[in-house]
Amino acid sequence: MLKTLRQIASIGIVSEPPPRPDESLRLRDGLQDEIRAVLGRALCIRHIDAGSCNGCELEIHALNNPLYNLEGLGIRFVASPRHADLLLVTGPVSKHMEVALRRTYDATPDPKLVVAIGDCGCTGGIFGETYASCGRVSNVIPVDVAVPGCPPSPTRILQGILAALARSVAPVTGAGEPP
Amino acid sequence: MPLRVWSALSELQPGAPGLRALTVSEDQWRRAAQDMAAAGGRLVALWASGEDERTVPTVHAAFVADPGGLVLTLPIADRDAPYPGIEDLFPAAARMQRAMADLSGVHSTDPDTRPWLRHAAWPQTFRPLIDPPSLATTIGLAIDSYGFVRVEGDGVHEIAVGPVHAGTIEPGHFRFSVVGEKVLRLEERLGYVHKGIERRFTQLPVLEAHGLAARVSGDSAVAFSWAYCQALEGIADAEIPPRAAWLRALYLELERVANHLGDLGALGNDAGFAFGLAQFSRLKEQLLRASHEALGQRYLLDAVVPGGTRRDLGRVGIPLLRRCLREIEHEVLTLRLIYDEHEGVRDRFTGAGTVTSELAARLGLTGLAGRASAQAFDLRVDLPCEPYKQLPVNKIVRSDGDVAARVAVRFDELHESCRLMQRILDSLPGGPHLAPVRVPADGAVGTGLIEGWRGPVLVALEAGPAGSIRRCHPHDPSWLNWPVLEHAIIGNIVPDFPLINKSFNLSYSGHDL
Repeated sequence: MLKTLRQIASIGIVSEPPPRPDESLRLRDGLQDEIRAVLGRALCIRHIDAGSCNGCELEIHALNNPLYNLEGLGIRFVASPRHADLLLVTGPVSKHMEVALRRTYDATPDPKLVVAIGDCGCTGGIFGETYASCGRVSNVIPVDVAVPGCPPSPTRILQGILAALARSVAPVTGAGEPP
Repeated sequence: MPLRVWSALSELQPGAPGLRALTVSEDQWRRAAQDMAAAGGRLVALWASGEDERTVPTVHAAFVADPGGLVLTLPIADRDAPYPGIEDLFPAAARMQRAMADLSGVHSTDPDTRPWLRHAAWPQTFRPLIDPPSLATTIGLAIDSYGFVRVEGDGVHEIAVGPVHAGTIEPGHFRFSVVGEKVLRLEERLGYVHKGIERRFTQLPVLEAHGLAARVSGDSAVAFSWAYCQALEGIADAEIPPRAAWLRALYLELERVANHLGDLGALGNDAGFAFGLAQFSRLKEQLLRASHEALGQRYLLDAVVPGGTRRDLGRVGIPLLRRCLREIEHEVLTLRLIYDEHEGVRDRFTGAGTVTSELAARLGLTGLAGRASAQAFDLRVDLPCEPYKQLPVNKIVRSDGDVAARVAVRFDELHESCRLMQRILDSLPGGPHLAPVRVPADGAVGTGLIEGWRGPVLVALEAGPAGSIRRCHPHDPSWLNWPVLEHAIIGNIVPDFPLINKSFNLSYSGHDL
């Protein structure tokens, strides 16, 4: 126990300030005001791998490490689409995941946001559209923000998520304030 | 007959060192597999080829045994008659044979004829690797039914999980039959991320398809792209510069350490020790940032290219990587002590998901998970390619076969890889990092075989005319280990499944293709 506490104390807080949202990643401006009003400062994300090579997943995992400290920004991953405000979708959508992705989208309460991650999510990437692949995420469900990269860095992914929210999270002041 | 007789009949296979190839008849196919099983040989991969309706389809099996590797090829004269299956000798062959039926339309004698990679996306009559893509018809969004094996009895019920899981995990379906909390049986259903990789290979130029190989399973990008390049360079008669081989080994060990760091953190977290995830994910981020600074990429998805490596390691990169590795090693020592002394963690790790060495040998458990169950095989030692011939690797082996053993193998391998990388950085040869590679001859066949962080990664490549690819089959070690996970969970409680599953950390994408 002492070793654990000593390690925690010696490392200290390593979290870095979050990046600015990158508005250029936004594909559409739908329900922004309404969404912002509902979401406030707590955002719940459901990640769906719709056919990825698992490269993007590695960088999504990194968002939860102490340096990017996603939870410190009031953003967290949840285990069910019914608890989610935003769907983070990776991969070209494989034909075998098409139904699961549509159902996950339908199970997510309105208003909802969708962020497509990676070159495959944006365009179908190297896998394209074939007998087994539907290609880009927007071929299957509506997409608000698309973050290219193979895989995109955690910073880019975070910029995309923040762009979907159309808000800047640093510095955060009073509770429930409009962004 | 002894393996050396088969070996004497065979000829050298271009690509990975120590591989031989042999074309056999139907009865030889079974006999060779029997001799291989009797001599303790391990199945690495099974795949089918055959370009179109006119060509004779062939079935291939790659084995590794003590004297070396052997790739068998069986031509199938009558496409409608089943070829002899080998699932009784090598249980992992069952799913591979079912996948071959789904993709190439060749059927084995195994009575289990359920589809494996094919769900509802294409009809049984369409053979994705044989028929022209224009014939592909979608049968619509219908969910297909699958014949799961039912467990019946008093108080038995089923828990169905997936394909979408409750975390950042790849999709797959698990069907548990349980009594109370105890798991009686687990049946996996995979194939959800099948995205037509093998067909896609045939649409790419042979000199440019290493990028697709790297994306078969993103966490093993170096292993797959190296295995692809090894096969290609073998059939193109290309020598890679010594510096390139050493740089590739550096990348491969970096990939191993990055994955082990990620897994060690996630395993702590799954045992209820979030501190472990915070600490190890911080160390992993340090490593990725050092990799980005020294090599230009956090993940080395495009680092290995035909003829060598995409870029060189600059003078700044060497001390930077050296320092980063030293720091990581030092901190991991501290964290290992903390894991070892933490009673809660120890309690969850010890005895969970045990695979005995006998079971591991019978089912063909491979790679990292195999080495935790006394399967002392590592291609870097057993069939070393350059630079491992000059870079002796200490094989890490444990025998308990539980989550604790798989954690211990990761800790030990992490230190061993750091040691190897320090040696590589010390003795990196000078000279170019890239040499030209010519287009291989039409019909040339080569095989690459690399020990990735998860286990042996195989890429079988057949060149087509004018720099095209006729057939390319990438094979992830997860094919061999997924069936063993079904056994590892028996008798454990359902809440231990995430921990046990993570201790194997198998690839869905690499398996589903």
